[in-house]
Amino acid sequence: MNYAPASLTTGAVPMPDVEPRRRPLVRAQHVDKTYSNGTIALKNLNLDVYPHEFISLLGPSGCGKSTALRIFAGLGAYTSGMMDWPQSMHDATGKPEREVGFVFQEPTLMPWATVFDNVYLPHRLKDRRKSEVQDRVKEVLDLVGLGQFANAYPRELSGGMKMRVSVARALVTRPKLLLMDEPFAALDEITRNRLSNDLLDIWSKAKCTVMFVTHSVFESVFLSQRIVVMAARPGRIIGELTVDAPYPRTKEFRLSSEYSAYCREVSDLLDVAMRS
Amino acid sequence: MTIQATASVDDRPEGFVAPKPRTSIVDVLDTLLPFAAGALFLGTWEFLVHYLKVSKFILPAPSAIVTTFVKEWPAIYVALKYTATITIGAFVTAVVTGIFFGVLLTSHKRIERTFWPYAVTMQVTPVVAIAPLVIIWVGLDRVWLSMLILAWMVAFFPMLSNTAVGMKSADHGLRNVFELYEASRWKRFRYLQLPSALPYILAGARISSGLSVIGAVVAEFVAGSGGSRGLAFMIVESGTLLNIPRMFSALLMLSIFGMSIWYVTATIQKILLQRWHESELKQEN
Repeated sequence: MNYAPASLTTGAVPMPDVEPRRRPLVRAQHVDKTYSNGTIALKNLNLDVYPHEFISLLGPSGCGKSTALRIFAGLGAYTSGMMDWPQSMHDATGKPEREVGFVFQEPTLMPWATVFDNVYLPHRLKDRRKSEVQDRVKEVLDLVGLGQFANAYPRELSGGMKMRVSVARALVTRPKLLLMDEPFAALDEITRNRLSNDLLDIWSKAKCTVMFVTHSVFESVFLSQRIVVMAARPGRIIGELTVDAPYPRTKEFRLSSEYSAYCREVSDLLDVAMRS
Repeated sequence: MTIQATASVDDRPEGFVAPKPRTSIVDVLDTLLPFAAGALFLGTWEFLVHYLKVSKFILPAPSAIVTTFVKEWPAIYVALKYTATITIGAFVTAVVTGIFFGVLLTSHKRIERTFWPYAVTMQVTPVVAIAPLVIIWVGLDRVWLSMLILAWMVAFFPMLSNTAVGMKSADHGLRNVFELYEASRWKRFRYLQLPSALPYILAGARISSGLSVIGAVVAEFVAGSGGSRGLAFMIVESGTLLNIPRMFSALLMLSIFGMSIWYVTATIQKILLQRWHESELKQEN
């Protein structure tokens, strides 16, 4: 376990599981985001995200964690700084080919389309035929445990199942980076725990990097290898912490003293964030 | 104690499998209720006309109306064909042009800002007030065309405004999804905006269908004997001749026609939305 204030955290973050000199998948350098009304959403964001890691952004509301995630997804412009994808191909205009999937706070499914068509959507938007990708669509539906529900409509599903469809849609293009913006916040605790368990399983099978935004200390400790804590006004990183517990993590981990110790650690860091 | 990392995914809510609806005697009675109310109303009407010896020039009995209806059927049929052509023509034109301009209007903020006030102006100006002008412009030799235009003017606006609202109603989260995958403008329109707008467009079509009947009737009233041979003119003509049973027969035909056109649009709406839209879903518990 080690945590350091952001000022001491430079480009290469100490990583227990991987060799420290590895090239990051995405690198945010000095990224600022100021809204037109003058609100500073992000100030000097420096963050390296490494291949295959599970990283959480944790912080009080208004700390810019969702904004940061959207910038990683390429969904929002930033005011200054640089986003770099050292491992990706760049197109003719120099734009990196971002291979990302995004799971929003809401399942954001098309109510008029079946589960299959909802998951097929990213491919449809890239002009890929249904016959070409239907095996892949079925594969991700099986991965999230909804193989039997390909022909159901979203309204026929429970909240947790809708979220699973949303995860399947994000994974269907085999993204290198899966971004999740408080995906389980609106669900009940039982469903949330079940989905957390399954998410770790999916993560290990899909072999992608996950960036997970949450405001739950427990969720972040249970899921991640690395927790980045952010503070508000202006939104910034104030520290980070490595959760050095092996996977697969089970209910035993949830009940262990190690888990509680991590939660206390993160909680203390969050208190620092709230005070600053 | 055994601990499993992955749980089963069967977290669907109770009542996921819809129970089979049972037809009970209460349901049958419920279906018959409107018919019973109608029969009671007509029965009272029939009885009162005979009992109070009301003149048929004031209020004919339902039986007299039906007799006239059967006797006058050939004339009514001709008038129906005329009115139906105008109404359906105006309705279809309103649907097509309404969707087209609704999409066009919302395609760009500036276009909307420029033309929206004129669309509203067109809506709030009573059609009866412009009718004589339209008839003069189009010419008395083509009265059917002026009537088509007038009926279209009445039916057009709900289509326009509903399409415009519908096009802007796409879920914000879904727009983000389309943005994430860099969907082209056409794909966004085809796969997001149009399906989102569909319930609005269909609701507009239902309002429009009713209004196109009203539009056709108003147009016939204004055109008068200038060339109209429709049901509305039949009503005016029968009124002048004090043939009240014939007047009621034409009115009856008009109601039946209006109801059928409404029923057709309602059915189309039901078919297109039944699998997903709240308005067509039945409560299942």
